[in-house]
Amino acid sequence: MTFLDSFLIRAALAGVGVALAAAPLGCFVVWRRMAYFGDATAHASILGIALALSFETSLFAGVLVMALLMGTVVSTLSGRGYAVDTLLGVLAHSSLAFGLVAVSFLSGIRLDLMAYLFGDILAVNQQDLLIIWGGAALVIALLWWRWSALLTSTLNRDLAHAAGINPQREQLILTLALSVVVAVAIKVVGVLLIAALLIIPAASARPFASTPERMTLIAALIGVFSAVGGLQLAFEFDTPTGPTIVCLAAVLFLLSNIKRLFDQASD
Amino acid sequence: MTSQADAQPLVTLQNVTVAHSSSPVLRNVNFKIAPGEIVTIVGPNGSGKSTLLRTVVGALEVQSGDVSRSQGLRIGYVPQKLHIDPTLPLTVRRFLSLPTPVKNPEAEAALEKAGAGKLMNRQMTGLSGGQFQRVLLARALLCQPHLLILDEATQGLDQPGSAAFYRQIEQLRQTLGCAILMVSHELHVVMAASDRVICLNGHICCEGAPEHVASAPEYRALFGTGTQGALALYRHEHTHTHDHSCGHDHAFDDEATQTTDKAKQATKDLI
Ligand SMILES: Nc1ncnc2c1ncn2[C@@H]1O[C@H](COP(=O)(O)OP(=O)(O)OP(=O)(O)O)[C@@H](O)[C@H]1O
Ligand SMILES: [Mg+2]
Repeated sequence: MTFLDSFLIRAALAGVGVALAAAPLGCFVVWRRMAYFGDATAHASILGIALALSFETSLFAGVLVMALLMGTVVSTLSGRGYAVDTLLGVLAHSSLAFGLVAVSFLSGIRLDLMAYLFGDILAVNQQDLLIIWGGAALVIALLWWRWSALLTSTLNRDLAHAAGINPQREQLILTLALSVVVAVAIKVVGVLLIAALLIIPAASARPFASTPERMTLIAALIGVFSAVGGLQLAFEFDTPTGPTIVCLAAVLFLLSNIKRLFDQASD
Repeated sequence: MTSQADAQPLVTLQNVTVAHSSSPVLRNVNFKIAPGEIVTIVGPNGSGKSTLLRTVVGALEVQSGDVSRSQGLRIGYVPQKLHIDPTLPLTVRRFLSLPTPVKNPEAEAALEKAGAGKLMNRQMTGLSGGQFQRVLLARALLCQPHLLILDEATQGLDQPGSAAFYRQIEQLRQTLGCAILMVSHELHVVMAASDRVICLNGHICCEGAPEHVASAPEYRALFGTGTQGALALYRHEHTHTHDHSCGHDHAFDDEATQTTDKAKQATKDLI
């Protein structure tokens, strides 16, 4: 395992793993307009961290449970005709605030809050790596398995029903996948930037894609490139890694949209 | 007709009440459709036609009553409106394979039949209203449905398209034995093409064979001028079909004569 001894290699592998899982899920987040949903789930995970620390359980488990809880609450409420964007805005930010307050109660533990808010990819150890790749594989397998059904219920709930697909169940699967991605991505980009890692590669891929599958592939490429490139840049310029990865993704988004503008102009 | 009625129904609604927010939109609806039957629902805007179709599809929960579908029922559904989010890239080809993959030749044949042959690689969001409707139809037929559910499926289709569509439906019933449940505002076609008409206005006002419904007082209360309108339309088209001075294909006109002749037969009884 000498290969994995280098912290840079471990960091790169962690970034790639998260980017691969975030790409297909991010596409669904974009198609279904649930960016805030991603935010709410991610922000709730800081509460999960507080819980995990006070009960001295695994961080991943705590985050997974909180994210799942938040995801379920939000998808249940949004099905009931609440004004979804307001509701999500309230939930996302209040759960972050409650989480930060809860963490501050844990006075006994010296806690590097920044590491949770913005990630600490350089501190990824081999066990983290195992969890990240395990989670990523789970998410990819889950989405692969339900791909057609997910896509159909994303397109139109009634068409899904007519084809014998239960859109509610598919929504639940997305919620589960989202929670897993949030749980594994905290180390890489932190609570505040997970939604960015989901949305930006997918949004950058849109102008290049003619089918959902192609959009997913391109998003994965962009995500992996941002993760590896961002890591390198952060190392070179001594900047925080998570935000640097997101910055690089954002630059790619800008470039891809300039391409779209040119396409539209030439039409 | 009797043999159809005897067969196991594809879908049965028993005393169903459906509400959207709080007030019920459909009250105490009893409905069944047998294999191979063509049933049309008519009713004014907002009378719950789409709601009924969506209940049959299974997209709406009922407030009370029972919905049962036959085992392994395949439904082809054309919704009244379908919004595709512009962030979702989707070619016509990919759309046809959703959720069940279809082979290229099948997809091509289905599009060809629906008069949308050249659209294969176009984006769904870039289609015109009529083109979009044709693609929806092609997709609904591709799953070889036992029950085809059409919510104003001919909206936005040009006349030849609409005529070809009703021809295709009749064919489908003959070849696949598939039942058809549709909503239409084209009363003259409805009267000709359906085995059974249901007149809906929050509840089932009256139902039965087209000629029976057309003469029912409930129907006349809703479509008082409707039947006369259909007749007027019939007369108009009738004179039109005899005008053969132009050189183009009159396939549609023949169709119109056929259907309206049946409509005439149907409506004669009530006058
Ligand atoms: N999603 C919804 N939420 C709330 N109310 C709804 C919803 N959909 C329909 N309704 C209401 O239910 C009633 C029946 O609507 P429905 O769409 O079934 O009518 P329709 O007969 O199909 O009308 P149209 O001919 O205009 O298509 C209407 O009063 C409508 O306002
Ligand atoms: Mg309707």
